[in-house]
Amino acid sequence: MTILECRGLTKKFGKVTALDAIDLNLEAGRIVGLLGPNGSGKTTLIKLANGLISPDAGQVLIDGHEPGPETKAVTAYLPDKDFLPDYMNVEQLLGFYGDFFKDFDSERAMDMIRSLKLDPEQKLKAMSKGTREKIQLILTMARRAKVYLLDEPIAGVDPAARDYILRTIIGNYSQDALVLISTHLIADVENMLDEVIFLKTGHIELHENAEDLRERTGKDVDHLFREVYAC
Amino acid sequence: MAWEFQNGVPIYRQIALRLETEIAAGKFEAGQQMPSVRDLAVEAGVNPNTMQRALALLETDGILFSVRTSGRFVTKEEMRLKDLRNQLAEEEIAALFGRLKAIGMTRQEIIGAISRWGDRVL
Repeated sequence: MTILECRGLTKKFGKVTALDAIDLNLEAGRIVGLLGPNGSGKTTLIKLANGLISPDAGQVLIDGHEPGPETKAVTAYLPDKDFLPDYMNVEQLLGFYGDFFKDFDSERAMDMIRSLKLDPEQKLKAMSKGTREKIQLILTMARRAKVYLLDEPIAGVDPAARDYILRTIIGNYSQDALVLISTHLIADVENMLDEVIFLKTGHIELHENAEDLRERTGKDVDHLFREVYAC
Repeated sequence: MAWEFQNGVPIYRQIALRLETEIAAGKFEAGQQMPSVRDLAVEAGVNPNTMQRALALLETDGILFSVRTSGRFVTKEEMRLKDLRNQLAEEEIAALFGRLKAIGMTRQEIIGAISRWGDRVL
């Protein structure tokens, strides 16, 4: 069942075409890697799907709807920057998410947070970057969403934190949901992907099942990526 | 730590081989229930659909069987497990023979070398 669809999706910033008439169908129950170097259009696509920016042409549909209140209620979004009020502590953040999102499972969030052995009184701004990223991910994954849009969830954290973040995604997404992960760190995510999308300067260069791709080419996704994007 | 995988070989096949080896070694015993797909996927650091595919392959091969609602179990047929162990051993030996032949050893030399190695370490 298609849960995220792009039809002729186009976005320009001045003279630069960030996305050029993208057609894309993504099905529920998959983990999909949105892969491409900086500037290939990954974040633009995710922001369009969230309704944070509007397309110049074409449309993006989530569960059949254009971005709006209905789609935001079923889409869990992890931006690529810090986005939470940093004066809040963990307890306040849980309340904040619970107020905003009906599908937020605070018990599950609490379980995950307990495994981090954090002081619940500690404020976000007093945490290390790695811990902050973990908290943001936990809040996102504790929603029982239909679509998870994760923009660079592992950039800028150490390998151990990366491992934790990837396991948290695998262990917690709803099995009938779509997880779209944008990243340029291919080797770290490749084993957890059902499908890969290579974005190149606003075009879809390739969209294929990851295992089929390995079988067809005899290469892993990381090596193929290096070939496609060789300068 | 997530499991390590080789380049360019479908991951579900590598997972299937690893689980076969663990079953042959008795880490999972005859009749024992396997962990859930999700738990195994988290342990291996792989997609649950990939883990599902690997387990389905072992099921087709008669190494696992599934019971509706309660999950997957290791076969209770000891013969099947013995066959599995023999099959894995044969694959290892075939690969070893291939490599030793490639460096110019004869059948006689290979068997002699293996026998001496065995006397030394076992």
